[in-house]
Amino acid sequence: MTTATANTILPDGARVPSASPYPLLPSNPGPGDEFEPATDALGELSDELIPVRDKVFGGERLSMDDGRLLFATKDLTGVGALANWLTETRNGNRTTFTFNRHLNYTNVCAYKCMFCAFRRSGDEDDAITMDMDFVTNRIRNEFTDGMKEVHVVGGIHPELPYSYYLDLLRTIKKTRPHLHIKGFTMIELNEIAKQAGKPLDVVVRELKEAGLDSCPGGGAEVLSPRVHKKLYNGKLPPNEWLDAVRVVHAAGLKSNATMLFGHIESLEERLEHLDQIRRLQDETHGFMQFIPLVFHPDNTPLERLGKTTGVDALRTIAISRLMLDNIPHIKAYWIMVGLRIAQIALHYGADDIDGTVVEEHITHDAGATTPQGLTTGRLTALISETGRQPVLRDTLYEDMLAV
Amino acid sequence: MTTFRDIADKVHAGERLSEADALLLMHHRDLPAIGQLADLVRQRRHPEGAVTYIVDRNINYTNVCVTLCKFCAFYRRPGDPEGYDHPLEVIYDKIRETRELGGVQILLQGGHHPDYGIERYEALFRGIKANAPIHIHGLSSSEILHCCHVSKLPLPEVLRRMRAAGLDSIPGGGGEILVDRVRKVISPLKTMSEPWLEVMREAHKQGLRTTATMMFGHVETFEERVEHMRAIRSLQDETAGFTAFISWTFQAPHTEMQDTPMTGGFDYLRTAAVSRLFIDNIDNFQASFVTQGLDMAGLSLQYGMNDLGSVMIEENVVSAANCECLAEITEMEKQIRAAGFEPARRNMFYDRVDEQGGLLERRLDANWDAKNPEGDDRPWDSEVSGSCSAARSDATPQESPR
Repeated sequence: MTTATANTILPDGARVPSASPYPLLPSNPGPGDEFEPATDALGELSDELIPVRDKVFGGERLSMDDGRLLFATKDLTGVGALANWLTETRNGNRTTFTFNRHLNYTNVCAYKCMFCAFRRSGDEDDAITMDMDFVTNRIRNEFTDGMKEVHVVGGIHPELPYSYYLDLLRTIKKTRPHLHIKGFTMIELNEIAKQAGKPLDVVVRELKEAGLDSCPGGGAEVLSPRVHKKLYNGKLPPNEWLDAVRVVHAAGLKSNATMLFGHIESLEERLEHLDQIRRLQDETHGFMQFIPLVFHPDNTPLERLGKTTGVDALRTIAISRLMLDNIPHIKAYWIMVGLRIAQIALHYGADDIDGTVVEEHITHDAGATTPQGLTTGRLTALISETGRQPVLRDTLYEDMLAV
Repeated sequence: MTTFRDIADKVHAGERLSEADALLLMHHRDLPAIGQLADLVRQRRHPEGAVTYIVDRNINYTNVCVTLCKFCAFYRRPGDPEGYDHPLEVIYDKIRETRELGGVQILLQGGHHPDYGIERYEALFRGIKANAPIHIHGLSSSEILHCCHVSKLPLPEVLRRMRAAGLDSIPGGGGEILVDRVRKVISPLKTMSEPWLEVMREAHKQGLRTTATMMFGHVETFEERVEHMRAIRSLQDETAGFTAFISWTFQAPHTEMQDTPMTGGFDYLRTAAVSRLFIDNIDNFQASFVTQGLDMAGLSLQYGMNDLGSVMIEENVVSAANCECLAEITEMEKQIRAAGFEPARRNMFYDRVDEQGGLLERRLDANWDAKNPEGDDRPWDSEVSGSCSAARSDATPQESPR
């Protein structure tokens, strides 16, 4: 059977465009000849979504008011269907994942963000900072040549010297020269620059020379002065987070962007966050992925808030896809949204599910019930179950292999 | 050739889906589109926008079992030091706690214990009813057949005596997949499809309502899932006795089949939605938060489900297989509201009840009532909605609800 044809006319007379309304990129090559984006659900949207659908068909940027409507409508399935159509016009039936592993070089952190269960003070029994022998052993013994990426993030350690970070990168590269280092959030980069006593752009250049290949999207939380003040006052403020990204992208490094949602932020603040990311992307085009992160409250001072729901996570993922028309990829980070909801998210706008991870601490300290890691076999099975073609990618989407 | 659009047109027109239609949907990857259809059907049957749950307690009176199903992590063989057989007092205590927490029913299930003949069950039910007013939703088809076997009595007599002793309704457990090829692989010693259905048929004939279940994600094919749904739909055409259909995924850990790849959320949601679309003659479809987690259960409310099952005060059979979640009422209500519905408490008949278990609103089931003109003698004059057969047994409630 066919699910759609290139000239599908919906029951209300609307014509589904035969090509993606957005420019295709090397990592968004479109559906190809074999695959037609799904349109069945688009004919049965609730009336209020019709104007948004028409904008999406026309490749027109969605406004903040559109975003408000997408959050307010009861027709979540319709929102999902719109996001799904959009992602299928860009990525066809492909869902990417990567073969990676995390390296949390320290859990010592000067900050006391209210949403964090990972941080330790330097004098706590389970405070850990990896020395270079440890890192060498870890990279040698627990990474393989087939691995695509090491995800390097840590606490904001108040005493580590600049040389530590350069050594860390060099040690990883010396041990496994081909391993892509995706490391250091904007928060860490600012701390490293402070330790170095040099401007951020100089430090980023030097880190790049030492082996840094790209930056993760963490630390953005919610780009709102109000939330910043309440939950992570003292941490890099929202406008400086954005400035740091500008510096990183100007240095030729790609990065991701995240949003930690489901705590005290309002829906309006989520939309403002998306808008700020979207405007920065217009400027730099340096973001590869946007990653909506579900807040996990256990063992944090915000425990009483409880965790948000799966329907909220799916809605936020779908709206991210619809609003962020200039970001190539939306990730359903299975560690935080849960394996099952991550699978469903692949039909609500997400086209990536992250990777094997292997040993995750930050979200698990906050009560995540997902496994700490998955094999590539398990990941491909989860993706295949949803009807998608699993594609193993590297961090920069330069090497993509259907498996 | 049939297309998704053809099936959608059938659903819109209220026409019954064929097995080929269901199978096509089982292979369809456009999940939101299937969800829209299932939601449409849910909306027709439950236009009030409420999602129900029940506060009850799962009491597993014994884990001793001679049937040795490969998918089960709960049973112990006779003589195993980890085997147990709860004395009546233990069960009474559990029921007392259930009543104090506002629970309206117990789900009473156990292994196929070689000593459990009809007298043991009669003593159990009468004892429970004499002790507290509570609805006994108890025994699966296979336990009932096991009892027939132990006591060497015919099914109709066993059911009549159980009912007279206080059994109020029968859960659909043990249905697994009603295809003998599958049953011979996963539970060769357990009842095959026809006897399972016969117990349900006879129970409905005698006025006992039951639920129907499906456990999938093991050795069965999509065709066999559809065959299972067809068997349930056909019997429901005959008797109208099923109050609900409940499907869940096989939980492999700690069973003989632990290497079976775990089926995921996509398969669950699509199968649940297709069951709502195909089985057009059962009112209520229950989400399985125990196997899927609360997030998925909440989402399934947009895929045709209208009930979150029970807030279980105790649960042994599935949690032994390492299930992730036992939810509190507040969590359930949060999920229901997030999915766009209003939460409501119910009893086994989907009547609405209050926080103490008292009846708020009776729900009629026109199909059942048409086939049972004398009604199912729910004693609705009782102030405790859960005590359906207290009046029928010779027991007197010893405590009144608070």
